Amino acid sequence: MRKVYLDNAATTPLLSEVREAMMPYLGDIFGNPSSLHDWGDGARDAIGHARTQVAQLINADPDEIIFTGSGTESNNFAVKGLALAQQAKGKHVVISAIEHFSVLHSARTLEKWGFEVSEVPVDIHGVVDPDDVLQQIRKDTILVSIMHANGEMGTIEPIQEIARITRERKIPFHTDAVATVGTTPVNVAELGVDALSLAGNQFYGPKGVGALWIRKGVRIMPLLDGGIQEEGRRAGTENVPAIVGLGKAAELAKTHMADRIKRLTPLRDHLLKELPGRIEHVVVTGHPQHRLPGHASFCVEFIEGESMLMLLNSKGIAVSSGSACTSRALKASHVLIAMGLSHEIAQGSILFTLGIDNTNEDIDYVLETMPPIVDRLRQMSPLYAKFSKTVKGGK
Amino acid sequence: MPIYSEKVMDHFMNPRNVGEIKNPDGVGEVGNPVCGDMMTFYIKVKDNRLEDVKFRTFGCGAAIAVSSMVSEMAKGKTLDEAMKITPRSVADKLEGLPKQKFHCSNLGAQALNKAIKDYLSKEKGGRK
Repeated sequence: MRKVYLDNAATTPLLSEVREAMMPYLGDIFGNPSSLHDWGDGARDAIGHARTQVAQLINADPDEIIFTGSGTESNNFAVKGLALAQQAKGKHVVISAIEHFSVLHSARTLEKWGFEVSEVPVDIHGVVDPDDVLQQIRKDTILVSIMHANGEMGTIEPIQEIARITRERKIPFHTDAVATVGTTPVNVAELGVDALSLAGNQFYGPKGVGALWIRKGVRIMPLLDGGIQEEGRRAGTENVPAIVGLGKAAELAKTHMADRIKRLTPLRDHLLKELPGRIEHVVVTGHPQHRLPGHASFCVEFIEGESMLMLLNSKGIAVSSGSACTSRALKASHVLIAMGLSHEIAQGSILFTLGIDNTNEDIDYVLETMPPIVDRLRQMSPLYAKFSKTVKGGK
Repeated sequence: MPIYSEKVMDHFMNPRNVGEIKNPDGVGEVGNPVCGDMMTFYIKVKDNRLEDVKFRTFGCGAAIAVSSMVSEMAKGKTLDEAMKITPRSVADKLEGLPKQKFHCSNLGAQALNKAIKDYLSKEKGGRK
């Protein structure tokens, strides 16, 4: 059976070049980077090299990169650490309604700690309006955190415009760029933000490693106390092989970015255009143009996402869904609801996130496999039966 | 390990008794799309037995498998026997359901129950 992996937003595979770069650090070069002998030197040099590779990917200074254990940790660190460091100036934080749980739930924790959090809405395409951010900003606002792109529906947000607002008011601005770094050009100088999260497993690096970029001079409170690793901002012995892998993946992403985008965009557009053409009552979620290169997301009406996912899996195709049933919390995706979709429609969420291994044939296989699956589930669906009766009754 | 048992997968991939009964003796609908699962059961009763049971389900793999299993368990049973089908007995027959799915997706017994009650109330009221 054909196997087609279209869940790269969940995680990308590890490139063989990345694995090769990591191998020595799972072997002979095992030293602790904090050690002062030769063993430590080797590991320390490797981390320094990776720091430069990651910095170059986002046009930053290597000293501004803090390695973390994941995108989630980077987001927790940024939201809580920046808020705590600025709390003498105020206790108000602005986020958007479509943030990843690692930002959203960090903000909830801040509320428990006595901070106030305002949420900026999004439009039907999932776009944050910078004017809405401006409206939420108060005298005591000490942090704005708005994601660069949403992994669930692919929309890229107007970060530069929002940064203009925050810079004028000298409010630290963090962006969760886990979905964009390594897949689209990200230049921290151009974006104008003060802190930015990224994760290795989004661009063919290893899992369990991420980074937070933080502009020089911006204060942050460490979440982990201990030794002076990462200049005392993130204690704990470094995950050297993973950091090396992240660095290598960053270098490869920079080298191949233009080619990858050129290859993925037409595949994405083909899927975005063709799927709603072949199946009735399918809506594209997210912005039609301003979206991640390999990202095609939809809601299929009258059926539920998990059952679609499972039937696609039985045909060798891996996808994700934002339906209530696929979430452990058993709630429909807050992202889709924030975009104004009804719960009923959000249940039919399905998302295809393409990677560098995907081909035209893969997309054709999806386009061929999807309609009978949707048809089969609709034949089973009481919602579809009701809809069909209404339509027939209306005639 | 996949999250679903082989039995759940079998009933999900090959659901039994999908569809609608024309002029059913009873109909039971439970759930709503907000929580993610919705089931409608249709029954045909003859001599106090469930002569036919059909269903339509909107929901996840578990919800579909549960509906299918309930329909299979109920078919041919007397009304009293069918009323004794519980979420627990359905889950057991399916060789278990993931913990988080037990409550939301395991609505089949309730929907069947509702369909039987619908039939009984019509009987009581005198059938047209």
